[in-house]
Amino acid sequence: MNRVIFGTVAAAALLAGATAQARDVTIGMQLEPPHLDPTSAAAGAIDQVLYSNVFEGLTRFSSDGSVGPGLAESWEISEDGLTYTFTLRSGVTFHDGTDFEASDVTFSLDRARAEDSVNAQKALFANIASTEAVDATTVKVTLTNPQGNFLFNMAWGDAVIVAPESIENIKSNPVGTGAFEFSDWKQGDSISLKRNENYWGEAARLDGATFKFISDPTAAFAAMMAEDVDAFYVYPAPENLAQFEADPRFTVLAGNTEGETILAMNNKLPPFDNKLVRQAVSHAIDRSAIIDGAMFGYGTPIGTHFAPHNPAYVDLTGNSNYDPEKAKALLAEAGFADGFATTLKLPPPSYARRGGEIIAAQLREVGIETEISNLEWAQWLEQAFKGYDYGLTIVSHTEPMDIGIYARPEYYFQYDNPDFQQLIADLDAENDPAKRTEMMQEAQKIISEDYVNAYLFQLAQTSVVNSKLKGIWPDAPTQAVDLTAVYWEE
Amino acid sequence: MLRYTVLRTGSLLISLVVASLVIFFTLEVVPGDPASFMLGINAQPETIAALREELGLNLSPWARYLGWVTGLAQGDLGVSYTYRTPVAEIVAERLVISLPLAGYALALTILIAFPVGIWAATRRGSVADISVMGATQLGIAIPNFWFAMLMVLVFAINLRWFSAGGFPGWEEGFWVSIKALTLPAISLALPQASILARVMRSSLLDTLDQDYIRTARAKGLTRGQALRGHALRNALIPVLTIIGLQFSFLLAGAIIIENVFFLPGLGRLVFQAISQRDLIVVESVVMLLVFAVIMVNFLVDLAYSWVDPRLRGRR
Repeated sequence: MNRVIFGTVAAAALLAGATAQARDVTIGMQLEPPHLDPTSAAAGAIDQVLYSNVFEGLTRFSSDGSVGPGLAESWEISEDGLTYTFTLRSGVTFHDGTDFEASDVTFSLDRARAEDSVNAQKALFANIASTEAVDATTVKVTLTNPQGNFLFNMAWGDAVIVAPESIENIKSNPVGTGAFEFSDWKQGDSISLKRNENYWGEAARLDGATFKFISDPTAAFAAMMAEDVDAFYVYPAPENLAQFEADPRFTVLAGNTEGETILAMNNKLPPFDNKLVRQAVSHAIDRSAIIDGAMFGYGTPIGTHFAPHNPAYVDLTGNSNYDPEKAKALLAEAGFADGFATTLKLPPPSYARRGGEIIAAQLREVGIETEISNLEWAQWLEQAFKGYDYGLTIVSHTEPMDIGIYARPEYYFQYDNPDFQQLIADLDAENDPAKRTEMMQEAQKIISEDYVNAYLFQLAQTSVVNSKLKGIWPDAPTQAVDLTAVYWEE
Repeated sequence: MLRYTVLRTGSLLISLVVASLVIFFTLEVVPGDPASFMLGINAQPETIAALREELGLNLSPWARYLGWVTGLAQGDLGVSYTYRTPVAEIVAERLVISLPLAGYALALTILIAFPVGIWAATRRGSVADISVMGATQLGIAIPNFWFAMLMVLVFAINLRWFSAGGFPGWEEGFWVSIKALTLPAISLALPQASILARVMRSSLLDTLDQDYIRTARAKGLTRGQALRGHALRNALIPVLTIIGLQFSFLLAGAIIIENVFFLPGLGRLVFQAISQRDLIVVESVVMLLVFAVIMVNFLVDLAYSWVDPRLRGRR
């Protein structure tokens, strides 16, 4: 009897799987969003599920990282660079049926920059002086200072357009304008989306999508192998990737992210206040050994805090090539011929934990002893980030275009260079693309030659997907699993 | 009996108050601020201050403790910092998985342990007894997460009988849900059943040596009759104690198995909440577990007096 019941259940499950597969997709992810409001938390998981699927901004990132029109069809920038006049798409409705209008845009922007705003990227909106809904489809945004990357900033997940009608319950029931609408959240297990039949643009090809949260790497492997999930976004166990690559059922996507992974140094804490010491640390580190040993070969070496796939990137890895002898000489010159001891604080991700072991060994070669402590994120934020209580730490900075953090002297690595701060201020104000490129390259050189941090590698993103599933972004210009163009190959 | 009940209730209340103090102030000492965690490394200080204000983290620890405890007394577990939904709702959602899973695993434990333990005890020293002892030794020694991964490999990846994990939800049907809980329940039950079978065996062996069993046999009962009528019931006290402990453990301690099978249970909720510094969730769930353990112990005490009438008189 048991076997009969069991057989029927299994058959039913198989049948359901077979018919659903052609139209739905199940995507595995390691982290679950804490809630569903992209405009009030830093958690990347929120954007991964919702960005451009459920919520859209005035502008949007496309798969190559370029910024194009989103809910704003077009825009005009005044001569002085201070006024942006956006023309909005007409006939757009939110998932709850309410119309999308200029007032929704002013509401969203004003909410993000308000005094009591809890937007994790409030700095994106700091330059806005006023917003005005001219008519139903025209919005005028006035800036305090000209800002070259304003349109770029408006493409962030933290700048998506929300509606006053549905803002109250956004954390559990997000209502946006995207090609998918939110359908269900089984907390701790999964979030499902279904296609928005009234989408203003090209309709999604999938009927729906389920994001399943599997935090354990072994469980992720099992779920993928058993085909419980069709894709695993940012697969957590790189050691299994070769096995997936060899299996014709799966494809491994290796792409770029915006994550500059750095060995950060506490620039105000002796001996790291000495540039020679920082230079020595940079030369003591063998990037390729770290990429091979900790990341299983996935990752691009970087010599500055800038994404290598960006056209404005300059390859400065030569400034800090692996040269332990030179490192020792520099340490001797700085007065540390016998080396010194410091702390190395490691947050949870594997790039930090695995990379940290290798870096500690490499530093020991030149006489620097590190005391490793493994921290949870909350502890790391408290001690290293807020308390400046660290010598060295490893972090991947995943925000796009974030070289500006070096202009914040209170930022955790405490780099204080007025020339650099001026350069970033000028860059912000510049609109001319050629001049901007030139300035960004100058900025990359300054921090590389000042050896602010040891620049390790650009974090790669490796996802495992079912070979028949097409259209998943290989690169991650922002943390998003954009499903609008994903489809099953027949 | 009344005096006993009053005393029991008093000590129960004191346990709860002490537990609440320990839980709250231990977490108070742990470094890490929920607001900074949520807003990440690009947030501005005034944004973090605004969120702390919104979450009520600006109040003094004592004020927050009193707020929390008065809430608890009225059945209000508070609102999660990260999820922003009432803790009671989150816990209820997790309990519909954790409670059946613990019950399922315990049922399997008892179903395996009782017959095996009795069978081994009645054949003391035989090959059967020795092989049962060996097998249970192995069952205790094998880490259950390893056994769980092995089962996933065999039954989910190779045979495709089960999915590798996850929980479809009870609304998808009873059998589908039970099926999803089967591999986890077996992994949880294996070491527990081994322990319980050994306890059952040794406890039964002790009673079988007692004079009253010899008397029972002398007055003409068969071995089986003496076992069922006299030995078994007297052997149950240590077994009940272990079952009580096992249930508490299965309810709160399934965290590793929940991770292997990515089940959204209570253990994983606590684990996530700790790393996100969602202190109110940690506090309330741990408090709830303390309460559950105390209640289970209380019920086990009552069960003692049911199996052993002598214990009733003494109170």
